[in-house]
Amino acid sequence: MLRFLVKKLLLALTTLIAVSVVTFGLFFVVPRNPAELMCGDSKNVCSPERIEMIERRMGLDKPIVTQYGDFMRGIFVGRTIGSGETARDCPAPCLGFSFRNDEPVTDIVARTLPVTLSIVFGAAVVWLVLGVSIGMISALRRGTVLDRLAVGTSLVGASMPILLFGPLLLIGLVYETGLLTYPRYTPITEDPVAWASAMVLPWFALGFLNSATYARLSRAQMLETLSEDFIRTARAKGLPKLTVYGRHALRAAITPIITIAGLDLGAYLGGTVITETVFGFTGLGKTALNAALNLDMPIVMATVLLAAVFVVTANVLVDVLYAVIDPRVRLG
Amino acid sequence: MTDDAVDGGKRGGEFVGRSPGQLAWLRLRRDRVALVSGGALIFFVLLAAAAPLVAKLYGKGPQDRFPELLDRNGFPLGYAGVSGEHWFGIQPGIGRDIFIQVVYGLRTSLMIAFTAAVLTIALGVVVGIVAGYVGGWVDAVITWIIDLTLAFPFYIFCFAFVPLAVNQFYGPRDEVSPWFRPGLLVLIFVMFNWTTSARLVRGQVLSLREREFVEAARASGAGLGHILFRQLLPNLWAPILVTFSLNVPALITAEAALSFLGIGVLEPTPDLGRLINDSIRYLRDVPSFTIIGGTTLFLLVLAFNLFGDSLRDALDPKSSR
Repeated sequence: MLRFLVKKLLLALTTLIAVSVVTFGLFFVVPRNPAELMCGDSKNVCSPERIEMIERRMGLDKPIVTQYGDFMRGIFVGRTIGSGETARDCPAPCLGFSFRNDEPVTDIVARTLPVTLSIVFGAAVVWLVLGVSIGMISALRRGTVLDRLAVGTSLVGASMPILLFGPLLLIGLVYETGLLTYPRYTPITEDPVAWASAMVLPWFALGFLNSATYARLSRAQMLETLSEDFIRTARAKGLPKLTVYGRHALRAAITPIITIAGLDLGAYLGGTVITETVFGFTGLGKTALNAALNLDMPIVMATVLLAAVFVVTANVLVDVLYAVIDPRVRLG
Repeated sequence: MTDDAVDGGKRGGEFVGRSPGQLAWLRLRRDRVALVSGGALIFFVLLAAAAPLVAKLYGKGPQDRFPELLDRNGFPLGYAGVSGEHWFGIQPGIGRDIFIQVVYGLRTSLMIAFTAAVLTIALGVVVGIVAGYVGGWVDAVITWIIDLTLAFPFYIFCFAFVPLAVNQFYGPRDEVSPWFRPGLLVLIFVMFNWTTSARLVRGQVLSLREREFVEAARASGAGLGHILFRQLLPNLWAPILVTFSLNVPALITAEAALSFLGIGVLEPTPDLGRLINDSIRYLRDVPSFTIIGGTTLFLLVLAFNLFGDSLRDALDPKSSR
């Protein structure tokens, strides 16, 4: 187990380092002149002095390898950006300063990440509970009207783009009927009720759409498990149905679902930008989008890295969890 | 599917020989979902391909504006501007005909998605076959690259990459060529998407390469190229076809999402995602506009997904619904 874990962690670490090198290279080295990108929108043309000042302040006059080293060190121990009178302290975890308004990127992430976390974790609860229970029920009632209905709905739901479903929810629940108000984010620490009520729409939108895939998957898994010998044995020795289906079958069928759920969670934490845009939230994804449109590279760099950390962590967790849940998995 | 003509190939006591391809075709023809979704697909593709002809018959082009049909606030007169002349109504604010926008939007979406899907599969298949057959350190390196690519967050990376690339090739005041952004999207989709098909093909090849026919080819002195593309590839057509047909709708969704976010295709190129983006700020007052664009996208993706599912069932004799 320990060897397996160490191997996974090392692989994850190399992946993260590679992601950071590629992203850093792409965003800070490839552009003809990052300082020029930073100082100007299309209208005002930068004076050479201003470009030079930006370069000094951002440390862009140093060699690239040094810049990368400084950036990575900044994340773990903090650093001082620039030199002389423009030097600024940036405590760990330092992700640099926004090109546009000089706000520390760490603050921006700290402000917007909770929004995305709230959306994703809430929606994940919805899609797991809804998807798995629909899948289980339709597998146990295979061939009935209920099953056909569930299969049909999940087929259609899996093709429904959130670009249509989100606006439909807004039309149906907000604009035409006034059942809900257009969501406005409130931090959970301030007012849990307001937080939850603002989250209802994105939770439902994202959760419902994703549950379609989970329903299909868990139905297929459950059907496969139900045809296995140990289920027949369990039924034959007189265990109650609830124990057989709820404990024995569920445990065997749920392993692949947990894998997919972990990977999905990791991917979504990097930003649910369309959901955020449709419902007017400023989460991590929306922030990254705006920053990218403004060519505000430090923010984009930070969000790419953060999202990669989520994906890689989810991968490792899933692998470990897999080994814990399913005794048939061989560690190698 | 327990049908004589399909399963046994037995008719009146005599056996009729059928190739796997013929069997799949037979199964597909009997599948009602496949017929309907396939018909819808052909309709969408024809409509998109014939967009200029449709514009001529309909009498309005994608860039024609009808400001006289808007009121002073820019809202269409009547119910969303729907009339015998304008089937889907008039776009608020800018006064374009929505129907012809949708037709041309289909064209953009399908063109980008198809090109990207073809290139994705081609790259994925070549890489997957090589990794699976050659094995060793080649396989290890390719697997690592696949894992690395999967760790990149797709949307955020696109946000960063597209504006940078545009900035790299064009000055702030230059006019961007209408082919540049679609081309860039295709490039990004291929870069991120080849991993799925490569993984799939690699897995298949790993089991195929131990089979006797490959050993026979090797023993009779066949070269690497011959074994890879003459012996192994023909055995992979079924999964490749299924991956392709399920890849296209995924790419259509991604393209629409990027264009919706203002990263993909921009004005004046007609596009479904861009159209939904235009419509979203009028959602409260002219909801039909968003619903039309969104429903078209939904039906397009649905048709592809249903057809892909049916195709998988038809090609896989063991599958059951």
